[in-house]
Amino acid sequence: MELYLYLALFAPLAGSLFAALFGASPKTIVAGLVPSILLFVSFVSSTILLVHILSGGAVVHVEMMTWMATGDLYIPFGFVVDQVSVTMMMVVTVVSTVVHFYSVGYMDHDKGFNRFFSYLSAFVFSMMVLVMSDNFAGLFIGWEGVGLCSWLLIGFWYHKESATWAANEAFIMNRIADLGMLIGIFLVYWNTGTLQYEQAFAAMPALEADILTLMGIFLFIGAMGKSAQFPLHTWLADAMEGPTPVSALIHAATMVTAGVYLVVRANPLYDLIPHVGIFIASLGAFVALFAASMALVNRDMKRIIAYSTLSQLGYMFVAAGLGAYWVALFHLMAHAFFKALLFLGAGNVMHAMHDELDPFKMGGLKKAMKWTFIMMTVASVALAGIYPLAGFFSKDLILEVAMIEHHYIIYSVLLFTAGLTAFYSFRLVALIFHGEERYKLFGVHPHEAYKFMLIAMSPLLILAVIAGSFKMTYFEMVTAVLPATEYHVHSALAYWIMTIGTQLFVIAAIAFAYKKYARSGITVPDGTSKMENRLCYKILSNQYYIPYVYEEYLVKPYRELSTVFWKQIDMKVVDATVDGIAGIIYGTGEKTRDMQSGNLSTMLKWMVAGTVGLLSLAVVFGLAVRYSVEIKAILSGLGV
Amino acid sequence: MEIGLNHYLILSTILFAIGLIGVMRRKNLLLLFFATEILLNSVNIAFAAISHFYGDLTGQMFAFFVIAIAASEVAVGLGLLIVWHKRHGTIDLDTMSTMRG
Repeated sequence: MELYLYLALFAPLAGSLFAALFGASPKTIVAGLVPSILLFVSFVSSTILLVHILSGGAVVHVEMMTWMATGDLYIPFGFVVDQVSVTMMMVVTVVSTVVHFYSVGYMDHDKGFNRFFSYLSAFVFSMMVLVMSDNFAGLFIGWEGVGLCSWLLIGFWYHKESATWAANEAFIMNRIADLGMLIGIFLVYWNTGTLQYEQAFAAMPALEADILTLMGIFLFIGAMGKSAQFPLHTWLADAMEGPTPVSALIHAATMVTAGVYLVVRANPLYDLIPHVGIFIASLGAFVALFAASMALVNRDMKRIIAYSTLSQLGYMFVAAGLGAYWVALFHLMAHAFFKALLFLGAGNVMHAMHDELDPFKMGGLKKAMKWTFIMMTVASVALAGIYPLAGFFSKDLILEVAMIEHHYIIYSVLLFTAGLTAFYSFRLVALIFHGEERYKLFGVHPHEAYKFMLIAMSPLLILAVIAGSFKMTYFEMVTAVLPATEYHVHSALAYWIMTIGTQLFVIAAIAFAYKKYARSGITVPDGTSKMENRLCYKILSNQYYIPYVYEEYLVKPYRELSTVFWKQIDMKVVDATVDGIAGIIYGTGEKTRDMQSGNLSTMLKWMVAGTVGLLSLAVVFGLAVRYSVEIKAILSGLGV
Repeated sequence: MEIGLNHYLILSTILFAIGLIGVMRRKNLLLLFFATEILLNSVNIAFAAISHFYGDLTGQMFAFFVIAIAASEVAVGLGLLIVWHKRHGTIDLDTMSTMRG
């Protein structure tokens, strides 16, 4: 089994390095195909490992080599394939294989074709390191690796000012959170003396509650950055500047869920500090509603889906915070499939519409793009949580968890958000695919994506439909390592009322979205309609003015402060000191240059002067040694 | 008046001072060699005197070494000096400034 572990881990790296060889050369189809095929190899290996674990096989744990061993510190490059990491491996490899094959078509006309695949495969490798590591240090390497690849890929079209800005924003926001994460890891090491998951978690119950709380909070700050939770959420929407396959893979299915994975992985810690768990759950519920509300009015197709991702991450944190780790992981998996599908569909639409993002300028695309229409509709139905698609099983479960744990406020927030989710998803679908063909006004001739791109997407379509049926198999598998709490509403009647009520609510939201946006006579909003001038619309479409507040009250003062430091401290103190030292040395050289006149007699005079100087020093020193006792007596007499 | 160690050492010091002044003041390369010889021999006197004073022959042995080295030094130095004179027609120190920095 070790062979498969190494194959799954290193095949993406090999693909990345291979594509990097062609980094500077013009588009070569090999540079796209080889990494994709290697990822398929990784996927097959992960599947073999999954089958091994499912059939009751032992957890695969390898120690590749020692990384650091000094004193008491011992950190190996160790990898573990247990029930949790194999789930993540499957999610990562399935989605990334699909996205790789899809990208061969999507990036067809891009100049950076080879570079793109090199970055994308490097991302998958980092993500595999993140999920497979058996210690916090390895997790952190993967964590930083995915951050780096995310930066490279958001800023992939680096000639665009907005793309580089978004890339830097994402990177800096994550850096802030990573500081918290690092402090958390340090706390773990200080208090348990190890970074290996097993030993660290085993040592935790003996620690004081305060320390555990601090650990939990700091680790969660790291998770908040990666998973874009409030108040570090602004980067995710801006990250949509990157190519769409990147949004599908990194900013929907895998990297942003790393925060959830961290909380799930650290479940023995969070079980000991339920009050932090409540905080996580409350924040998650808040973000779910907050992000969904911003998606309601946004007019950028990709941003709408990004807010929806944010909202779904909120759901996952609710489940993880309430101790239902397996539910969180289950929703993570289901969400990865249908959200990646939704993004890839949006990519097809963007291609057809020549990179137009405003759904108000589309409409009626279902004729031209039948398959994309079907896929995006299915993905949206799954996202809305309609029976029997994936979202129904996982999202309903989170609602039930909130109900059973008696957090009724969280439950109502999540229920309301489920309605919003359905509304904005179908607002998007209705605007893009139904109604009048408004794109004709803009002289666009949409066409369906390449056939192989659609075929590449089909595994996600199937998984979005059937992922819910894995629920019990999945439950039996992961509860070998996660707390096995089954969530059942006590009375059957209550269960049916809840489920059917939720379903009706969601269907009503969908119907309302269709009624409002699938009709004919929709025009491109120009800022004059009554709705657009309402206060709440303005607040929502400006994202609660949070980016504005950050810019005005954090970025600008910081820039001012930096200017002051630059001009006053850097230039006048640091630079002046360094320049002064250089100036002194230079001046001394300039002045003593005359000594090297080349005149032998002058040199001899200097030599004599030197000899006399050294001799006198020797005499003085000799005298000092000889009369040292007397000198000491005199000095002590002077009171020195 | 008995002539003792101090007299020799004073003579040695005076000779050394003369040699040192010669090294500094002379512009003629040949005379510079003379000045160096005076320096070396002043030290030889000191060696011989101290050696005699302690009854230890090591000092006198050193004096012989110095004489031998001084002789070879003069041999090499004079050879170079003659070559220099043939090339430039002068042995004035101030004309030798090819090492100017």
